[in-house]
Amino acid sequence: MTDSALLPFIDDTNRPFWRGCQGGILRMQQCPKTSRLIFPPRPVNPWSPRDKSIWTEVSGRGTIWSVIEPHPPLILNFTKLAPYNAIVVTLEEDPSIRLIGNLVPAEGAQINEIAYEDIVIGTPVQAIFETINDEITLPRWVLVRQ
Amino acid sequence: MIKDKTAIVGIGQTAFGKKLPDSELELACTAVINALDDAGIDRAEVDGLASYTQEAHSEVELARNLGLGDISWFSQVGYGGGAGPGVIGNLAMAVATGQCRVGVAWRSRKRASGAVRRPWSKTGSSAQEDIATNYTRPFGVIRPVDEIALLASRYMHEYGATRNHLANVALAQRKYANNNPDAQMVDKTMTREDYMTSRWISKPLCLFDNCLETDGALATVVVSADRARDCKQTPVYIHAWAQGFHAQHQTMQNFFCDDPLHGPSWVAARQLYRQSDIQAQDIDVAQIYDAFTPLIPLSLEGYGFCDRGEGAAYTENGNLEIGGALPVNTSGGGLSEAYVHGFNLITEGVKQMRGTAHNQVSDAATCLVTAGEGVPTGALILRR
Repeated sequence: MTDSALLPFIDDTNRPFWRGCQGGILRMQQCPKTSRLIFPPRPVNPWSPRDKSIWTEVSGRGTIWSVIEPHPPLILNFTKLAPYNAIVVTLEEDPSIRLIGNLVPAEGAQINEIAYEDIVIGTPVQAIFETINDEITLPRWVLVRQ
Repeated sequence: MIKDKTAIVGIGQTAFGKKLPDSELELACTAVINALDDAGIDRAEVDGLASYTQEAHSEVELARNLGLGDISWFSQVGYGGGAGPGVIGNLAMAVATGQCRVGVAWRSRKRASGAVRRPWSKTGSSAQEDIATNYTRPFGVIRPVDEIALLASRYMHEYGATRNHLANVALAQRKYANNNPDAQMVDKTMTREDYMTSRWISKPLCLFDNCLETDGALATVVVSADRARDCKQTPVYIHAWAQGFHAQHQTMQNFFCDDPLHGPSWVAARQLYRQSDIQAQDIDVAQIYDAFTPLIPLSLEGYGFCDRGEGAAYTENGNLEIGGALPVNTSGGGLSEAYVHGFNLITEGVKQMRGTAHNQVSDAATCLVTAGEGVPTGALILRR
């Protein structure tokens, strides 16, 4: 459902993040000195540049910070999926960590199944994971069941 | 400080439109010749060249085609729509410090035709070039409008801003363009209903929240204040300039920081006003970078015309129009005159200070010109 042309580029720096997704967990870099999280992944730890960051598992729980609904002109498969939703999620552990993603009703669902009008900023969400191919699994988001 | 030590003495531009026959290089050369003629300065005197890193042609190509002489200073500024005031500011520093005597800055672009029409539609290598797009494009956040829409959506939620506020921006600028024969939209009027019924591009943003796609070029000539007094035109002094981006800023994907709605404009503004005798309340007219309508309320806040969260309400009551509290983008700007990475905002600022703008703000003596919010940015304060 996602074109290979727009799939993430995996390198030595970000591989643990994408491997984590393959294993169904959300992982972040963390500063060993200050415990602050780091996202997106990068080679040098901005919170203490002499101390190499470590990888840590996070809850995958967060809150919807923003939502949009892209319409054409788009490219590749996103044209066929449009209009779809895209959201920004702030992470429970640190609200200054934000992830871009899509809200889906359940695992395996398409990113155009929940309408923009039905998405409320501030709603709690949980990461789930969608396998795209042997290399890539993308995080998606579902509403937290109350 | 370089306060008032340099002045813009020449401006030049080409036609703005779609599918112009000239190449980007030819358009650039035309704009530069026009700017030198406007200043009354011979091209043999040019010894400094300032441009955008995204300019398709180098200083060397421009100089060879225009038959320029020895060039003693050249420099480029990055980040597309974040560059303009930085390009001028760097040139002003070079002139003020004697690195060059006659400096030319330009921007030429064929965004409405040619191979680079929509840079975001590139696939493949872009994620590798930019660490952050690796975490946005796979989720369908592909275009600049999607990135700004995510900020706009949050802004509207947090501060109660509405589409009516964004329409205020689009309509004010269209009205200016309708009275500007150089504007691409000179003949196309817009009503609030036109705005409200236009198609979605990235909800909550519609077609008219987006800038134009333009072929065209513009240029300016900068010399010392002493030299400026002998030029053909009324000198427009570069009173202050600044650049800025904040901690953990990410160009365009500015979500990975503490406070995305408190963007680079705030940093540039702080440095700008620190060097300036002219403060926000003293600004008569403003040219604010407008690739998308939400950048106007965000920048109004960043540059201190209102408090945080009040930028949308500031667009009410015709505040951005002639006679309003702060006429903004009086040529029609990127939304309705031409989108050339903000360079037409600089030249419009000069026209306002000369008193020759198509939508002249009477007795305007001070003008703010900004680059883009959401990218490493910059700003100028121009004065008569």
